[in-house]
Amino acid sequence: MNPMQRVMTAMGQAEPDRVPLFILATMHGARDLGLSIKDYYSRAEHVVEGQLRLREKYRSDCLNPAFYAAVEVEAFGGETIFIEDGPPNAGAPVLRQDADIDRVKVPRLEDCPGLQRGLEAIRQLKAQVGDDIPILGSVISPFSLPIMQMGFEHYLDFLYGQPERFDRLMAVNQAFCVTWANAQLEAGATAIGYADPLASTTLLPRAFYLKTGHRVALDTLPRIRGSVAIHLGSGRGLSLADDFAATGTVAVGVSAQEDLGHWKLAAGKRFALLGNLNGVEMRRWSAEDAEREVKRAIAKAGQGGGFILADNHGEIPWQVPDEVLLAIRDAVERWGHYPLDWKE
Amino acid sequence: MLRGGADVDELSSDLRCALESLERSQVEKVLEAAIRIHSPLEVIEGLIMPALEAVGEDWTAGKVALSQVYMSGRICEDLVGRLLPAVAQERGSFPRCAIAVLCDYHLLGKRIVLSVLRASGFNVLDYGRMEAPALVARVLADQVDILLISVLMLPAALKVREVRAGLDALGSRTRIAVGGAPFLFDPELWREVGADAMGRSAADGEAIVRRWAGEGAP
Repeated sequence: MNPMQRVMTAMGQAEPDRVPLFILATMHGARDLGLSIKDYYSRAEHVVEGQLRLREKYRSDCLNPAFYAAVEVEAFGGETIFIEDGPPNAGAPVLRQDADIDRVKVPRLEDCPGLQRGLEAIRQLKAQVGDDIPILGSVISPFSLPIMQMGFEHYLDFLYGQPERFDRLMAVNQAFCVTWANAQLEAGATAIGYADPLASTTLLPRAFYLKTGHRVALDTLPRIRGSVAIHLGSGRGLSLADDFAATGTVAVGVSAQEDLGHWKLAAGKRFALLGNLNGVEMRRWSAEDAEREVKRAIAKAGQGGGFILADNHGEIPWQVPDEVLLAIRDAVERWGHYPLDWKE
Repeated sequence: MLRGGADVDELSSDLRCALESLERSQVEKVLEAAIRIHSPLEVIEGLIMPALEAVGEDWTAGKVALSQVYMSGRICEDLVGRLLPAVAQERGSFPRCAIAVLCDYHLLGKRIVLSVLRASGFNVLDYGRMEAPALVARVLADQVDILLISVLMLPAALKVREVRAGLDALGSRTRIAVGGAPFLFDPELWREVGADAMGRSAADGEAIVRRWAGEGAP
């Protein structure tokens, strides 16, 4: 099977030749090209070359040309702060006061060079790999984007204190999110990762999420003209499994703080699971640690398909060395082939 | 601790319920009732701190969400500032304590810890966001005894090493307590970067400060 066949079979709740592996490395491409992270993201060609090199090295079953989360805030007039050894951060909030929310407009994709570079990277990768390898697109959910637009503290005060303005902000963010997601699909992305960390029960109580972010997700996902996978960025979400199923998501990213076996039961065959290797601990894993963790995850969630092995955050930290990622790849080759007859 | 029996239990239970549901007016009523019969320090140590510690334990156990920890801390901080303004003086001498976000742009964790500490009647210097060299210089200039560092990103967590090395090189005996997501996902990380303690919740941070204060300034 090629990676596309492998992933699609797993997503269809059947067993492919082996468990698909998503090594969601982004910044590692810069290291491979000998560029700073800032320089790397300054040209679509860098990301294309970086992703192709990483795919060759790690034999990941996808390409992940995501730039950085803050690029979406650039579209709203925000700045990005680059650091040498980690993901770029959003700068000062762009929505500082109530009047900013009343005035904010849906940005046009063509006005944001960062988003255009993202689309160009997807187009170039699609031209190179065709339908053999899935290309992941990504958006920040309308509900979670204000963490960067407003700052987390201000957003929580807003969420609890100003429900009347919430709908206005969500309408703007949703229009942007849907346009951005569909543009990526048109450029050649196979599916869209819908990053919604604020949906996680680590950050919000379920009852509050159901009144807010879940309502937004229910309305947003059907407007995206392709497959969408919800990711909670390391946060917990097991008690939301039924709520996520109702959105039509095709997969959910699982936290390292939760049990993949519990998720497997909760998901049934309604959506696939992605996860849940601990990206922070991974930094200091030995080859034996990597093998143990890969076996654990596959044993918990691999049976019957519906599972893609990946890290739990959706992005491998810069500090994780190649040796660990190669050990993960080797462990999947050793233990990921179906049928999983080694599993008790 | 608060003196009394049933009334204290009732006040504690009422405060827990009000904080869980984030009902600010109800929290205020409970505290006003407590102030009528207890000293400000008794109210803080016997009522507010245990309630916030319980919220922290529930957070650690995954029973409540971070937004609830944040909002309950903010409510208590506001009310303590308004209803019990003189508690810092009542506490008497206390090690100098400061809090900072290190090399990171995510400020919520620091805000939560600060709220809990202030709601517990502690004076804490708020350094905001700082890079490692500037933080070392500031800590030395202010003669800080206890430094709390909050981070969200792994690269920032690793920078605690630089703070530790900078302080050690200049002979400082400042104790460092760290908190934030990387330390929750890798329980060995805080030792690796040279911290003296790690808090899994804001209430943990408050307990660490109180414990070190009880041991005396370093």
